Amino acid sequence: MRTRCPTGCGCDVIDLDEFAAAVGTEGPVTIRGAGSRGGAVPGVRTVHAPTGIDWIQADEMTVCCGAGTPVDELAAALAEVGQRTVLPVGGTVGGALAVGVSSVRRLGDGPVRDALLQARYVSAAGEVVKAGGPTVKNVSGFDLCRLLVGSHGTLGFLGDMIVRTRPLPLASQWFTTLADDPYPLFCALYRPASVLWDGHRVWVLLDGHPRDVERTAAQHRFVACEAPVVPIDHRTVVAPSAVAATLASLPEDSALAEVGIGAIHLRSGAMVATTSTAPEVAAVQRRVKALFDPAGRLNPGVVLAGAPTT
Amino acid sequence: MTPALIDDLRVVLGDQAVRVGSTELGLYRRDASSIDGEAGAVCFPTTTAQVRAVVQAAVRHGVPFVARGAGTGLAGGAVPLGGALVITLTKMNRVLSVDPVNRLAWVEPGVLNLDLTRAVAVHGLHFAPDPSSQQSCSIGGNLANNSGGPHCLADGVTSAHILAAEVVLPDGTLVMLGSESGEADGYDLRGAFVGSEGMCGIATRICVRLTQNPPGVRTMLFDFDTVEAGAQTVSAIIAAGMVPAALEMMDQLCIQAVEAYIHAGLPTDAAAVLLVEVAGAEHGLVHDEERVVSIARAHGCRTVRIAADETERALLWKGRKTAFGAVARIKPNYYLHDTVVPRRALPGVLAQVYEIAARHDLLVLNVFHAGDGNLHPLLVFDKREPGVMDRVHAAGEEIVEASVAAGGVLSGEHGIGLEKRDLMPLMFAPADLAAQAALRAAFDTTGLANPTKVLPSPSSCGDAHEVPDGLWV
Repeated sequence: MRTRCPTGCGCDVIDLDEFAAAVGTEGPVTIRGAGSRGGAVPGVRTVHAPTGIDWIQADEMTVCCGAGTPVDELAAALAEVGQRTVLPVGGTVGGALAVGVSSVRRLGDGPVRDALLQARYVSAAGEVVKAGGPTVKNVSGFDLCRLLVGSHGTLGFLGDMIVRTRPLPLASQWFTTLADDPYPLFCALYRPASVLWDGHRVWVLLDGHPRDVERTAAQHRFVACEAPVVPIDHRTVVAPSAVAATLASLPEDSALAEVGIGAIHLRSGAMVATTSTAPEVAAVQRRVKALFDPAGRLNPGVVLAGAPTT
Repeated sequence: MTPALIDDLRVVLGDQAVRVGSTELGLYRRDASSIDGEAGAVCFPTTTAQVRAVVQAAVRHGVPFVARGAGTGLAGGAVPLGGALVITLTKMNRVLSVDPVNRLAWVEPGVLNLDLTRAVAVHGLHFAPDPSSQQSCSIGGNLANNSGGPHCLADGVTSAHILAAEVVLPDGTLVMLGSESGEADGYDLRGAFVGSEGMCGIATRICVRLTQNPPGVRTMLFDFDTVEAGAQTVSAIIAAGMVPAALEMMDQLCIQAVEAYIHAGLPTDAAAVLLVEVAGAEHGLVHDEERVVSIARAHGCRTVRIAADETERALLWKGRKTAFGAVARIKPNYYLHDTVVPRRALPGVLAQVYEIAARHDLLVLNVFHAGDGNLHPLLVFDKREPGVMDRVHAAGEEIVEASVAAGGVLSGEHGIGLEKRDLMPLMFAPADLAAQAALRAAFDTTGLANPTKVLPSPSSCGDAHEVPDGLWV
């Protein structure tokens, strides 16, 4: 059910048409969710997306909600039917998708970008545009949903969306063990939900039937533990095959790597050299932005690789 | 097609790799759809540099070009129109490298789907998308169509298995989209490129994600007195919190055709059979098997057959995967449709499919990916029968309309191509289509990459071709 804008700002946006009217057709405009993933562009007129869960269809494994819906509220509602999404906790559903960064469960869950089935967004022209479709499988036309995830609100402002859900695992437990080389373990495990490594210690998240989880843990002499503390200062990605060399190049205890994925979570001060976007790719990025937002009015100043908004 | 372009192509590729004879032009003017086009020339590059040079030559001469893999597409995506240049990638068919630890591989676009899985089997890995055509379709074609297959229910369609692609853009620029980590700065151009049906460029090297083979598999066959009971079993399994590795359904006419073909002991008097496969570690497997069996029994399944060994499992899957060949025993021609509906709408839409076929005096078989609501109604007919094509055409369009009206979509895995191009407005408003055209325009500044497919005119191109006569929906 849609609710009035929970921010108390008085914008009263409930449905998509009201949202489109708020975005309007001219002038710079920015969008704010919970402000937990970077928030709105300062000094620019701010809008809020519709909020609330429209429906949960457990037998379709889909959910429809406004972009302003808190991820945790959605998670609580889905848990009642034994399901979940792959969105990282905290913030809003729209924010999680607009930023598009996967949680440390990407190894088992797949990336956040694959969760979005249909989005209705407000374009730079102030129109409501639909991308994708409501079913779990769909190749009708170009895959705009993938383009929108991670676009940081620079191509359109997400209004509402249909997101894929999945069943909650029967059991889910973090384990830890010491390992200077996590790869023998990584190769031996069947579809772990996550394997994290700091250079000396490995943390493994196992999902599944409780007896399978127990047996795997016993086989590898794992010790059950709480979820590891993941550094939140910076996340970067390297080729999965470069994880060991990257960790070796960093100071002790400054990073946690996602084995098999290549994401590196860094504490403040630690740096990883990354390659910059090739100019030919940046040119495509700029054309995308120019075609979707010719005047550069959506989230002005937000710069993705090679795609400045002005 | 200008002679000057042919000359340029011969300089780049050599005489043998540029064909303009009537045999080749005849072969390459169509794909596995029933749509005939017209090829101006066919060329066979073997390297990325050659693909670039070919594209640059085509652009220089202002000639549209169509990338082609194995030509197994069913929506006309690889059909050349108006004398376009066909760029065939089947000679770029090497598996370049395999990283069995991080479970990824670099392949050329012409590698066949099943060849990739065979190449990595020694590592206990496979490529998850498994279209029925997997023995003959190429990875490049899978990428272009964002192809599916029975095992995409649990593991996702092709897009989820493409980490990166080296792409020759339609202006001849070479770019790398995505990365081995599957992520890259900026917009997800990798994701936008997958499924773009050759209209955004040509992939010349592809980094695919490989999937671990499960430690255990249980393959079960259930049969039902009604299609509804089978369809309700599908919804109940999903609602119970399980995502089987595959969940396939066949209706009676299909069961009979398949049984006559492979003699697997299928129940030919059943209205529907469900093929359910669960995969994973031992206890989860047993748990899922018990729950699936009890749900099927609760929905009135008549018999439960569980594959006793790999041989029996292979036989049951052979029945599913050869269904399209088996229908030749009924009528010489078939037209295969591809729509998706919400799982809960399956019984209602199937009833409509039967009604539509009956009203047009056509036989219809259904064999489909029930787990994700992906219908594949198969209209069978003899094209020598006067007027039958009009009835097939009309019935097909009604099936697509019924699917969309039930909250479904135009295509689940075959793509839009030419076949469904003019049906896109059933699902998308003008503003939605304009956004898709903008995506395409960002990749193709020339308008020459497989023009006039997917998007109904006049979204992008001035010289839009009419859909050829004889096209069926």
